[in-house]
Amino acid sequence: MLLITCPYCGPRDQSEFSYAGEAGLSLPKYPDSLSDEEWADYLFYRKNPKGQHDELWVHSAGCRRYFKARRDTVTYLFSGTCKMHESLDAD
Amino acid sequence: MKKYNAFALLKNALSGNVNWQENWRDAAPKKSYDAVIVGGGGHGLATAYYLAKEHGMRNIAVLEKGWIGGGNTGRNTTIVRSNYLWTEAANFYEKSLQLWEGLSHDINYNVMFSARGVWSLGHSLQDMRDIQRRVAANRLNGVDAEVMTPEQIKAAIPYINTSPNTRYPILGASLQRRAGVARHDAVAWGFARAANALGVDIIQQCEVTGIRRDGEQVTGVDTSRGQIATSKVGVVVAGHSGVLAEMAGLRLPIESHPLQAYVSEPVKPMLDTVVMSNAVHGYVSQSDKGELVIGAGIDSYNGYGQRGSFDVIEHAMQAIIELFPMFSRMRMLRQWGGIVDVCPDACPIVSKTPVKGLYFNCGWGTGGFKATPGSGWAFAYTLAHDRPHAVNAPFSLERFTTGALIDEHGAAGVAH
Repeated sequence: MLLITCPYCGPRDQSEFSYAGEAGLSLPKYPDSLSDEEWADYLFYRKNPKGQHDELWVHSAGCRRYFKARRDTVTYLFSGTCKMHESLDAD
Repeated sequence: MKKYNAFALLKNALSGNVNWQENWRDAAPKKSYDAVIVGGGGHGLATAYYLAKEHGMRNIAVLEKGWIGGGNTGRNTTIVRSNYLWTEAANFYEKSLQLWEGLSHDINYNVMFSARGVWSLGHSLQDMRDIQRRVAANRLNGVDAEVMTPEQIKAAIPYINTSPNTRYPILGASLQRRAGVARHDAVAWGFARAANALGVDIIQQCEVTGIRRDGEQVTGVDTSRGQIATSKVGVVVAGHSGVLAEMAGLRLPIESHPLQAYVSEPVKPMLDTVVMSNAVHGYVSQSDKGELVIGAGIDSYNGYGQRGSFDVIEHAMQAIIELFPMFSRMRMLRQWGGIVDVCPDACPIVSKTPVKGLYFNCGWGTGGFKATPGSGWAFAYTLAHDRPHAVNAPFSLERFTTGALIDEHGAAGVAH
């Protein structure tokens, strides 16, 4: 079982959390002018690195808040978590 | 290649079983090939076999970074079926099921395909409506399927709990009688042997580290055993499709996730079919050795480590014990995780790419084993003719741009 540090509640068991996908995605600024390729990229294409991955988790059985996390996709170990408005590179 | 038959069995038995021919020649890589298949799993070996058999290409190689049968082919729950909802998927999996039915004979290797039936249980009114819709869709597509009542389920599967007083009572099921299981290792070994007999080089311990291109044309691959020149590269590497795509400067709409399965201690024959449930989310069958083979869903997070989460184990066991309370005393002997490539629409990509001569067969998610022969057959056609067969044309990479997705989440029988 992974130990995940919620930036609000501290370290808790993985079973309290839900995964919410890649971090840093934002809604296109001018959706009307997007090409089909750009739409496909926004909707379906995600980073899938073998190694460090920046992602979102939600403390669904705790404070229910979303936060950012950096995790290795091979060892599954977290190297850091932070609140949504903070940067993972800060520390 | 010497054929397996009753005479060979007798002759080798009488001579102490020391003269059996090796299954395939462990080849060293040549300088160049007409086509290179990256990935020596079931799909890759099937591709090589059908390229040689149906399209007459003999100067081809299969590159495997580990050993034959050591990847996802050797770590799955072996279920074979074709009861998919959408026409595109039904056609593809049905082609595969038809190949399964004649496979042992075709490749002269007993893949132990056993059409013991697959039951997909319904536990709510909505489940039953979905089942009726899927069975109707299956029949319109020429796929056999029936709606079954709890009484019929109980008669066929005596140990299942059909009591109406459970949390998720069984209200009915769909049954595909032609579906079943096959021996996964035998599929890899059989295809490797049959492809090798047609001249295909099976190269193990050979990891691809780069894909070479000259402008828009593929020119070869870099491997841990040197450079290989070729104008056609077919990539069939479940779990690492994204990594291989990056070598060629491509991106794929795929995320990789761990998927687990479990095998119990062996017991006497008690379950002569396959039982799946989407609502409680587990599936179980009994192997010929007597072990229960159990699977469930993927870990939600991306991962390349070949192990899964503990909470998924708990979830899967809850599901199976809900269906078969007597299994609560069974001990699990083995657990393993494989990495599956999941597409946003839970359907595979068997496709050309923007790079000429580069083809991808990936994104099979949690259900790739059943497709092994059909996938290889269609992918071989695509490689040989540089265009998709009608069977795999809807499964192109372009569908994510055109929007013609095949949303099979619901009909896959398990949640993704």
